[in-house]
Amino acid sequence: MKAASMNAHQSLAIGQKIDRLEAISPAARNADAMVRFEGVSKIYPAYRGKPGVNALQDIDFAIARGSITGVIGRSGAGKSSLVRLINGLEKPTTGRVIVDDSDISVLAGRELRLAQRSIGMIFQHFNLLSSRTAADNIALPLEIAGWAKADIKARVADLLALVGIADKHDRYPSELSGGQKQRVGIARALATRPSVLLSDEATSALDPQTTRAILDLLANINRELGVTIVLITHEMSVVRQLAKEVVVLDAGHVVESGHVADIFTHPKHPITQSFLAEVIGDSLPVSLASRIVSEPTAGGQAVIRVQVRGAGAGDTVVARLARELGLDMALLSARIDEIGGQHVGSLTLGIPGGEDAVTRTLAWLSQYQLSAERLGYVA
Amino acid sequence: MSPELINLIIQATGESLYMVGIAALLGTAFGLPLGVFLATSRKRELFAAPAINRVLGIVVNATRSTPFIILVVAIIPFTRLIAGTSIGSTAAIVPLVIASTPFIARLVEAAIREVDGGLIETASSFGASPIQIVLKVLIPEALPGLLLALTLAVVSLLGYSAMVGAVGGGGLGDLGIRYGYQRFMPEMMLAVVVVLIALVQLVQSAGDYLARRVNRRLRQR
Repeated sequence: MKAASMNAHQSLAIGQKIDRLEAISPAARNADAMVRFEGVSKIYPAYRGKPGVNALQDIDFAIARGSITGVIGRSGAGKSSLVRLINGLEKPTTGRVIVDDSDISVLAGRELRLAQRSIGMIFQHFNLLSSRTAADNIALPLEIAGWAKADIKARVADLLALVGIADKHDRYPSELSGGQKQRVGIARALATRPSVLLSDEATSALDPQTTRAILDLLANINRELGVTIVLITHEMSVVRQLAKEVVVLDAGHVVESGHVADIFTHPKHPITQSFLAEVIGDSLPVSLASRIVSEPTAGGQAVIRVQVRGAGAGDTVVARLARELGLDMALLSARIDEIGGQHVGSLTLGIPGGEDAVTRTLAWLSQYQLSAERLGYVA
Repeated sequence: MSPELINLIIQATGESLYMVGIAALLGTAFGLPLGVFLATSRKRELFAAPAINRVLGIVVNATRSTPFIILVVAIIPFTRLIAGTSIGSTAAIVPLVIASTPFIARLVEAAIREVDGGLIETASSFGASPIQIVLKVLIPEALPGLLLALTLAVVSLLGYSAMVGAVGGGGLGDLGIRYGYQRFMPEMMLAVVVVLIALVQLVQSAGDYLARRVNRRLRQR
């Protein structure tokens, strides 16, 4: 009831901005947003001879309650500023940042510190206190929040079990592996039962297996505790494995946002395309690329690349194409991956039989809404 | 060496330990908060107060650049105000505290600045107040460095305490000057030096041991 009236009030206050939000992000359509940026910009003024920096501009998006949302961008895109706005460590230059129905950008002092207790955060370099054991590190936010000793003890034991390192209770961070340290970090972030968990490049310092284990843990936490997770990352693989929603940041602007599957099956912005290329690869094998020439050769093949996008899109293309057109085509290279339950990738085919066969192939592909391009010819 | 002389050495050692002990205690009581403030009050820091930081920095530097023996003489009126007299071990504690406070403050500042800034940000992010950050993060994390700093301060105080003998402060330095130097008793001079060396060794070893004990960063399994 309270949340509803709050939202109504906000809708009035921000007027037609709602329309824009809906246009930009499907997540924003959810009236029950956990984190909402409303016309936010962040400008760091010039300081000691260094010019000012427009870290973020015209940021409007929402993160749905209970979702796992990836915020992806290259370094310098404004990811760190974005995180620091969500947890109130920085104030926006313009606009508002609403977290769990309260405008964190106007809070200060004790009120801000209370609000921050409902926002957990994990870090790339773990940021554990070297002077405290795993258990005491997890206890720190509870001590800060003024919990009673006995309550802290019980809560810490639960949290250690939740992140799967109950046996590391009395270990100091220097005695733990990277993955174990991040588990302590996650337990610490969850200690005060936050409604949002911010992950700031939390797996960037971990090896691939450990990364997978930590991401699985985060998925479990999201499922079991219903905590909204915001993943700040420069790694496409993290977004692909865990996130359902994604916000693509570039040079301080949100360039695309929406469901992971929609964004990455039809990437519009070059930066989104380059992130996608990291996963599916957009370059041909060197041995193939070096043989491609621009003019047809007698008895050679035309090289055609077919983009595969969507559920099951690539499954039977090659077989049907060969059967229906009666072509002995060669599969020169292929890479198909799954993002948000959708197939994304490309097939590179060698088509024999001259210009006529190529024309028929392209026509057949376009009939099934598969986009294809001619790369050249090989002998 | 006669029992009287040995008694003199024991008495002087007691005076030295009294002066150094009390001065170290008070110097830390003043120097620790001052050092923490110096380490956290520049622009954009926890207790950002750049102007006060600069003024305190200048005062600390001025005190530290005044030769100790001149400081002792220069503040005699102040010493008399605080201790009621300007002669004796108790009076000598006043200049020792004034000299050691800025020294300890700078050492504390350096130790606190060694703490990873990410930890301050981490604690802030889960709603710690600046005071909580100092008490629960900065001081515990800097503890090994703080203990080594304190050890260094006590060793320096032993050296300073030898100088206050020149203004009637008593202690080992006083004994060495009056008996060893002015009365040409080389064995007395030697005894004083040996006791001082032993004390410094003891303090340094104890400090090193404690600092190692509390250091969990490079803990051996």
